Amino acid sequence: MSGSMEFLLWTKGPMFNIAITIFAIGLLVRIAEIVMLGRKKNFAEARAGEWLPGLRTMLTRTVADPGTFQRAPFNVVVGWIWHIGFLIVLLLFLPHIALIESLTGLSWPALPNPIISLVTAVTLVALLATLVHRMTHPVKRRISTVEDYIVWAVVFAVVLTGWLAYYRLVHPYPLILGMHILAAEIMLILLPFTKLTHIFTAFIARWYNGAAFGRKGVQS
Amino acid sequence: MSELTLAQDRTTPQRDATPSELTLERGLAAFRAEVDGPVAAFFSSCVHCGICAQACPFYLETGDPKYTPILKLEPLRRVWENDFTLWGKIKGKLGLQQQVTDEMLTEWEELLYDSCSMCGRCSMVCPVGNDLALMIRKSREGMVQAGHAPEGLIAASVRAIKTGSPMGLQWKTLQVQIEHVQTSSGLRVPVDQEGVEYLVLLSSMEIINFPEYLEAITKIFDHAGVTWTLSTQCFEATNAGIQIGNKDIAAQLVERVVAAAQTLKVPKVISPECGHAFTAIRWEGPNLIGRPYPFRVFHIIEVLDELRASGRIKTEGMETDRLSMHDPCNLARKSGVIDQQRNLMNLVAENFVELKEHGKFQWCCGAGGGVSSNERAEPLKMAAFKRKKAQIEEVNPERMVTMCATCRTQLEEGLEEFNMEIPVVGLTEMIAEHLVEKN
Ligand code: SF4
Ligand code: SF4
Repeated sequence: MSGSMEFLLWTKGPMFNIAITIFAIGLLVRIAEIVMLGRKKNFAEARAGEWLPGLRTMLTRTVADPGTFQRAPFNVVVGWIWHIGFLIVLLLFLPHIALIESLTGLSWPALPNPIISLVTAVTLVALLATLVHRMTHPVKRRISTVEDYIVWAVVFAVVLTGWLAYYRLVHPYPLILGMHILAAEIMLILLPFTKLTHIFTAFIARWYNGAAFGRKGVQS
Repeated sequence: MSELTLAQDRTTPQRDATPSELTLERGLAAFRAEVDGPVAAFFSSCVHCGICAQACPFYLETGDPKYTPILKLEPLRRVWENDFTLWGKIKGKLGLQQQVTDEMLTEWEELLYDSCSMCGRCSMVCPVGNDLALMIRKSREGMVQAGHAPEGLIAASVRAIKTGSPMGLQWKTLQVQIEHVQTSSGLRVPVDQEGVEYLVLLSSMEIINFPEYLEAITKIFDHAGVTWTLSTQCFEATNAGIQIGNKDIAAQLVERVVAAAQTLKVPKVISPECGHAFTAIRWEGPNLIGRPYPFRVFHIIEVLDELRASGRIKTEGMETDRLSMHDPCNLARKSGVIDQQRNLMNLVAENFVELKEHGKFQWCCGAGGGVSSNERAEPLKMAAFKRKKAQIEEVNPERMVTMCATCRTQLEEGLEEFNMEIPVVGLTEMIAEHLVEKN
């Protein structure tokens, strides 16, 4: 018991600081790399501005166009479910809000625990579905790399350990809670160096896309 | 210079490098020169979801996952990761980088040229917002310098530089056509006329396959009282340098248009019924030469719709058969000309039905982006056409209308291949047929 308590304290203390530092510096470097590369001046006469269409695409790309939805409903729906599930649990579970409050001073109301528990279960199932899809769909199999599987495993581990900790299915409790925190920290550390970066850069990418098309008079 | 080559020496030769290593190094330098903020943002964001494949006619109609758009960009992605990210550099120190090799580029030539019409549809659907078509265009710059461009496109580029036309067509051929038009219409086709409103450019494909176009604009402009001219200095609007991916050649071809427009002191230039030519001259041109134009550029369809809106085109009678329309990718999705052709259709057609996915979400005919000049790609081009064919079958029109000579040729060939008796007409010609006779 005392060993697991020490482990928990380590994940909450030194390891947390290490993870946050690597995450923050790594992400800053990554975004600086993008922004500093910049774009060449565009001499072609624009049909419209870039900012508004860019901002619009940042939002609209969240929803698939009807044709794509029809051609890849499973991919789209499962992707949606687990992203939303993950966000709900991350942002609306009471202990998570408490953590955010201790770090930033900001807080908001939580969802009742049974709902969080249900959402977590759905997220786990959806994540499993994405794994099966990745391993079976010819396109996904062809383009997947080791990184895709590592990232999947880490994200899955974060949700799974959280769920196990919530139901106290692993004893002693500090061990599973510590594992949950550690998994989240590994995710933070990996974030700037893997495709997890898309959490931030996808909005930059969408802006560039929307701006380039918007300039030519097409809302992308 | 006895033989034209496409590669430009951008590196200082090292004494112990073999010629092929030098070529690869030059290619990699060209890839590197294409990496910018958007490219870095795009590769940073890809989640390998595979959705882009669902937008690509080359994947959808062959079912071969190697045609997944993001996979086509693997060489550029590696260059970005190795040379433009901290992580890539750390990997380099550990010897873990994935290098771009000559063998890899040999394999990717088919992916970057034969199986991509640069239609831009993937750029519209990627959930993280990657502009994949832009990156294909960029990758081709690297491929040319690395010596991995298809024969057909090299030949077209060399012909374009030498003769002014990617098909090797000369002014005297056009001259014969001008005379035909003058005889049959009784109107004069202005040539090298200074100070008119528009300089009209053509595409060789149009001159050879669809001479009706020149007669149609001659009639329409006479009817609307528009002043215009052709130029003996430069009549070709297409840009083989852009299709193959060579900025130097592309810039030279653009400079020819600029010089012709300046000689004739025209304020406006018209790009013909060709989608590629329009994106080339309208969007890429000024950036290739590194300065804004002293004139404005329009697609013929934009000009016609302008004339319609200002009441300068008077038409009579309507087409009564069931017509549908193919939007050229370069015109609609990639240039924002979407409503104009519909306004014009509604002017002269009473039974116009849209294809289900149209406008910015239309499907490519399969022939763009240099695919049609690359003989080797013929089977893939026909495979990609099946997407269009299915769309056409869905609405079952009596004729198809379009406004791009390359699309039109592809539609005609494709429909014939599948024994579908659906004639294809150019929109400009169709408008010309309905002009109210002058008295
Ligand atoms: S759709 Fe976008 S994110 Fe998904 S695999 Fe293709 S490029 Fe990557
Ligand atoms: S631009 Fe068009 S043809 Fe090329 S990869 Fe994208 S969807 Fe496929």
